[in-house]
Amino acid sequence: MNDSTSLSSTNSKGAPHSLSIALLGSGGSGVMTAGGQLLDAAGQAGWYGMMTRSSGPQIRGGEAAALLRLSPQPVETHKGRFDILLAIDWLNADRFVGEIILDEKSIVIGDNGGTVPEAISNMGGRYVELPLSELAKSISGGRPNMVALGALAQLIGLPINALEVVLTKSLKKKGQEAIDASISGIRAGADQASEIPDIPDLKVTPSPGRERWSITGNEAAGLGAIRGGVRFVAAYPITPGTEILEWLAPNLKKVGGVLVQAEDELASINQLIGGSFGGTPSLTATSGPGLALMTESIGLAVASETPVVVVDVMRGGPSTGIPTKSEQSDLNIALYGLHGDAPHIVVAPMSIGDCLFTTQWATHLAETLQTASIVLSDQSLGQTRALIDKPADISFVSGGRSITSKAESFQRYAVNDSGVSPMSIPGMPGCQYTADGLEHSPTGTPSSRAEDHIQQLNKRKRKLDLFDYGDHWAKVSGDGETAVLTWGSSTGPVSEAISMLEAEGKHVRLISMRLLLPIQPERLVAALNGVEKILVVEQCHGAQFYHYLRAHYDLPGQMRSMAVPGPLMIRPDDVYSEVKAWENA
Amino acid sequence: METANPCPSLKPKDYKSGTKPVWCPGCGDYSVLLAITKAMAEMNLSPENVALVSGIGCSSRLPAYLNVYGFHAVHGRALPVATGLKVSRPDLTVLAAGGDGDGFSIGGNHFMHACRRNVDMTYIVMDNQVYGMTKGQASPTTDPDWDNSKLTPGGTKINPYYPLVVALASGANFIARASSTDPNGAAKVLVDAMRHPGFSFVHMLSPCVTFRPEQKDWKKMVRQAPVEPTTDPAVAAKRLMTDDNFFLGTLYKGDRPAYQPELKATVDNISDLDKGFIL
Ligand SMILES: Cc1ncc(C[n+]2csc(CCOP(=O)(O)OP(=O)(O)O)c2C)c(N)n1
Ligand code: SF4
Ligand SMILES: [Mg+2]
Repeated sequence: MNDSTSLSSTNSKGAPHSLSIALLGSGGSGVMTAGGQLLDAAGQAGWYGMMTRSSGPQIRGGEAAALLRLSPQPVETHKGRFDILLAIDWLNADRFVGEIILDEKSIVIGDNGGTVPEAISNMGGRYVELPLSELAKSISGGRPNMVALGALAQLIGLPINALEVVLTKSLKKKGQEAIDASISGIRAGADQASEIPDIPDLKVTPSPGRERWSITGNEAAGLGAIRGGVRFVAAYPITPGTEILEWLAPNLKKVGGVLVQAEDELASINQLIGGSFGGTPSLTATSGPGLALMTESIGLAVASETPVVVVDVMRGGPSTGIPTKSEQSDLNIALYGLHGDAPHIVVAPMSIGDCLFTTQWATHLAETLQTASIVLSDQSLGQTRALIDKPADISFVSGGRSITSKAESFQRYAVNDSGVSPMSIPGMPGCQYTADGLEHSPTGTPSSRAEDHIQQLNKRKRKLDLFDYGDHWAKVSGDGETAVLTWGSSTGPVSEAISMLEAEGKHVRLISMRLLLPIQPERLVAALNGVEKILVVEQCHGAQFYHYLRAHYDLPGQMRSMAVPGPLMIRPDDVYSEVKAWENA
Repeated sequence: METANPCPSLKPKDYKSGTKPVWCPGCGDYSVLLAITKAMAEMNLSPENVALVSGIGCSSRLPAYLNVYGFHAVHGRALPVATGLKVSRPDLTVLAAGGDGDGFSIGGNHFMHACRRNVDMTYIVMDNQVYGMTKGQASPTTDPDWDNSKLTPGGTKINPYYPLVVALASGANFIARASSTDPNGAAKVLVDAMRHPGFSFVHMLSPCVTFRPEQKDWKKMVRQAPVEPTTDPAVAAKRLMTDDNFFLGTLYKGDRPAYQPELKATVDNISDLDKGFIL
């Protein structure tokens, strides 16, 4: 993979018609607030879109950027190239070079009298000045970020009244004065922006009849958990997983559940095991370092057949790594991090909206199969806000905790065909047992006999292997002799790259795997039938996904690995260029 | 769920599973098991409404020998498992048990936070001042000059840890000591502990006859504390700081309310949560 940015093109044929906007400012300048309001207003107006928050390692302050992409069609990835860059100020703005790519067609907007850093002006683009702070000063309670918001709305043809609806709603608590000041600000900004000539046109096809949601991947995972039946959560805060917990704490309460802030991740995973043993579906959210601490007890959940769900919102590693940026490099620890032979479930959401389904499904699988499910989300899915269609209402019928009354011959770890044994919960008379991480006989009595070990090992593996995961195992689309095989958040840029290739008449297959463990060799081989070239795309320096595929699957044709570490996102253009380069090689 | 008819009078043996313990003959843990069954019988608990969670160690083998719900977890993590269980199932009587290594070394952080969190449960630490299961290494409660372990030739040279003092400082709501050498007395303390709301800590002296045979003398050294349980942490602090490790009985009873979040839904339908996302 070429690591220069020069590969980037403005090629957008086949990609959704969209506008990318970067809103930049130092801490306290309110760019995130303004960006969020712009996104919500776009949703109000019937558009789709997404917004990523990008900031440096500072806890507060420092430079921050709201990166938006708006489109009449659903979008699941950034392009990398931006149509508009608006900076409220330019302090430390150069640290976003690499993340925000501009070209000669881009518009760069700054406050009157500002100095655009060379690293930014060198990329090209038309520079325009607006009197952001001057206008803000002329309004009582006015702020430059609101002036900027109005200017942006005007530039992209977003109805100002959609913004007014959003502002009125979000500032309700602050009172009418604050609302008035903000609205005056956006109007002033909008007036100024109408003066800018040659504005690119964004064709909008609003679909107002459709219910539109504004949601982050982390919130979606939280909702998926509750829909999946989770009512007990124990967790220790860690970026970028914390928002799952922040969303769950009040919402679990509403549905009669509870979130406990534990003393560490060793405690959180073990509290889940206790909650689940008591009959309550239980989940935690963490990131790589927390997952590392939990592994011993995830093994206990597997051995004792106690359902638990662990959502790992991955960030750059190893060690503390790059906590605020995305990477797909926890695949190995999720797949192989448990000691002993410990078959379990590993799944990965492939879009922001899919964090809901995948977390719900992971809960269903853990409950039904009495095992541990690890969900591999990541920072880019978790912390990006997207406008999506109302997600489908899916409900699974869980059958894991199958004992409802006393059975004469109750054996908690009975060896049977399905491998799923009856599970009682405390309170059921006559079905007492001791759950154990020690190897055990069918009754649960500790045993080091070879026969018990092999029977229980087989049983714990069999129940996962025999289960019918249906079509949920992967997203498979397109045809052709070239396939791109990917997973998780890399699916967005890969899909868009394939649309671009298709617009040129090329046929490329997309396979994004949601189910990573247990492996699905027959399904993958069937999906790859007729394929001669496979490009494996992942955001990971060690090519962990590529090696996983090589280890477990018998794949046809030639394979090529495109393994790019964070913190920069994989862009559709990168994947497009890689496929083309291979074709022409 | 079926509700149980509490049997009018269960005997201690009704709480035993019948599985034969792996313990060495003469191990103190046999009498702890007996004391627990006596306490449960005294309280006439329905076995299906009781759960006992343990970690790893000789002492932690206990759940398999009882006829209540049990969880034999990993080393050091009995308390978080018990916490998750009790918080989500407040209807159950929850106990946690284990050794001094399990509770004060590898699980030391959980001990402190369990005391502080004050979930209504009883934690029994069977202290033999040694790691029995791994064949005799020093534990946090071992004296500095005990030199029978190859790992610490000449002794640890580190002062032992005072679990009762730590428990008090961390906020435990009930602190007592009992001894396996007096199962009836221990049963009484356990009943007291289980009845007291919040986190109850019972320091249970339980000799390891194999790696600390000198502990057989504990029988002669233990004695009833000549005091009533105090509710005053300042009095308790003085008492526990000057304690010689052999006073038995309930030493402190606090009145902090137990931690138990209410588990009551306030919405009729979970689709209510969708509202926060709809534009
Ligand atoms: C993570 C981990 N580290 C180490 C061990 C080995 N181990 C098992 S029991 C034990 C110490 C047990 O001592 P204690 O808790 O005092 O129990 P006792 O056997 O004395 O009753 C150790 C170190 C383990 N099982 N797991
Ligand atoms: S080694 Fe010690 S603690 Fe373990 S069973 Fe034997 S006597 Fe008891
Ligand atoms: Mg010990």
